[in-house]
Amino acid sequence: MADPVSQASSRWRDLDKLLLRPGNLVGPNFDPGTELRDDLQEYAKVLVVGAGGLGCELLKDLALMGFRNLEVIDMDRIEVSNLNRQFLFRLQDVGKPKAEVAAHRVMERVSGVDIVPHFCRIQDKDLEFYNKFNIIALGLDSIEARSYINDVACSFLEYDAEDNPCEETIKPMVDGGTEGFKGHARVIMPGVTPCFECTIWLFPPQVKFPLCTLAETPRTAAHCIEYAHLIKWDEVHGGKPFDADDPEHMQWVYSEAVKRAELFGIPGVTYSLTQGVVKNIIPAIASTNAIISAACALETLKIATSCSKTLSNYLSYNGLEGLHTKVTEFVRDKDCPVCGPGVLLELDTTTTLQKFIELLEEYPKLHMSKASVTYRGENLYMQAPPVLEEMTRSNLTVPLFDLMGKIPKGIVHISGTATKNDKKTSCTRKLRVLFKVIDGDTDMDTATGS
Amino acid sequence: MIKLFKVKEKQREMSENANGRAPVKKQSAGELRLHKDIGELNLPKTTTISFPNGKDDLMNFEITIRPDEGYYLGGIFVFTFQVSPVYPHEAPKVKCKTKVYHPNIDLEGNVCLNILREDWKPVLNINTIIYGLNHLFTQPNHEDPLNHEAAAVLRDNPKMFESNVRRAMAGGYVGQTFFPRCM
Repeated sequence: MADPVSQASSRWRDLDKLLLRPGNLVGPNFDPGTELRDDLQEYAKVLVVGAGGLGCELLKDLALMGFRNLEVIDMDRIEVSNLNRQFLFRLQDVGKPKAEVAAHRVMERVSGVDIVPHFCRIQDKDLEFYNKFNIIALGLDSIEARSYINDVACSFLEYDAEDNPCEETIKPMVDGGTEGFKGHARVIMPGVTPCFECTIWLFPPQVKFPLCTLAETPRTAAHCIEYAHLIKWDEVHGGKPFDADDPEHMQWVYSEAVKRAELFGIPGVTYSLTQGVVKNIIPAIASTNAIISAACALETLKIATSCSKTLSNYLSYNGLEGLHTKVTEFVRDKDCPVCGPGVLLELDTTTTLQKFIELLEEYPKLHMSKASVTYRGENLYMQAPPVLEEMTRSNLTVPLFDLMGKIPKGIVHISGTATKNDKKTSCTRKLRVLFKVIDGDTDMDTATGS
Repeated sequence: MIKLFKVKEKQREMSENANGRAPVKKQSAGELRLHKDIGELNLPKTTTISFPNGKDDLMNFEITIRPDEGYYLGGIFVFTFQVSPVYPHEAPKVKCKTKVYHPNIDLEGNVCLNILREDWKPVLNINTIIYGLNHLFTQPNHEDPLNHEAAAVLRDNPKMFESNVRRAMAGGYVGQTFFPRCM
């Protein structure tokens, strides 16, 4: 549905204040004007990952902001317990894919926006899918999913010969997360600001009870639930995997937990606590989602238009006691194996893997001995254990160029013992390998001069 | 960055039919860390490792422990390791495949080793876990039981515990439970 021209001016009135006027606090290369607004609508493609509490908010916010090319990906179906906060969904939608309903609802309400839903796992999409987006906005609840998207976004990143990130290869991410009254919003510009992996320690480790406490001396309701979930389930169902999304399984765990709690005189086992403990759920607060999503949507707009400098680079929000927000500027891990530049190494196409491993020992920036080498998930050489060493030994006499499929450049990861100032540390390093092309040597059509 | 988006979009349109060389996904940070752990393994002489899915799947492997002292001397015990893509943020999942009469390992193969659960830290590694598992065989611990009967026997009557372990490893019943031979 196209906008009636007459409405256009009033519809974008608020956005125009940001996009049409110059300012002192704007981002680099900000070029105010109607063209900017039009370009935002025409060219900015944003992927929203997750159509849950944060995803619903994000889609609505981005659509109302004037983004018109949106896609959303989520593998879940709508559950009754989502309805209190995932406001795009209604009771009759229960059981339908979240991505599809969310896209449909927003398109119904906001004219001109196009939202393509994807009802699948994030791992089901190939890199080309992710590469077509200019910005990826994350509304996720797991470290694993964030880590995956981060790997994907960083895999597009390329560095120039001076180890500076090539701007056109940067895939910006905006990540939101909430847990009860707490939340965070952050901007990840791979190669410029820390990636998810640089700061993975920000996520507290999951609380895990000792198995023997569960088996022997339960003291809390959660202990009883984890006993039923981790020990009793296997004992009774031998081999059948537990599925947290199967209500029958959950009901079974709940009733076993109740029995156990009675045996030890422990109060407090309920069905919802069982779900909470087993699925590691913390009650979600609608307003936290709204606040965090608003911050994320705004950052998305700032990245796209440069109408203001972006958040640098991590906002934490805590609404538990009063209200507290703070912005922290985290720093990159220079040696991050995911977003770091790695060490540039130029090799002849004839260099064997053996020779390559020897080179690493003398190479000034590395001084790595006993290196194991891996390329795109293929272990080219492993120093240990003996069984793997034997399986990979035959590669040693093969040129690395051949092992890498005869491509002119590629990323290789090595791990081993690095020596720096007489100190030995074991580490993993990323290498950008570039092969010197000798004229007439190969029939490569992928010329390097482009 | 909108100008960049615009340029890229035009480029994409132009090269739509040219063979776009999309980069291939890199290994996850967890896989890379595991690659280092495995490449630096320094197994005790009691332990061997195998990779059922071949040299390129390090995330799933098995170790075999043949204790060279203590109650379990002569036994052969297999453990499976399942490593998550967010390793070492999360500990590997370790299960004992061999049915064993042991105070800290239950009959389903659950293992009570502190560093696998409550005391896991990202600075620990696969080698640490392997040493921890070896330790369970040289120093079974009746204070953290998963198999309470075995723990009670170890505490109250170590001689009987020893003979129960022997009987279980040779293939036989301890109480109502049958243990397949694992020697």
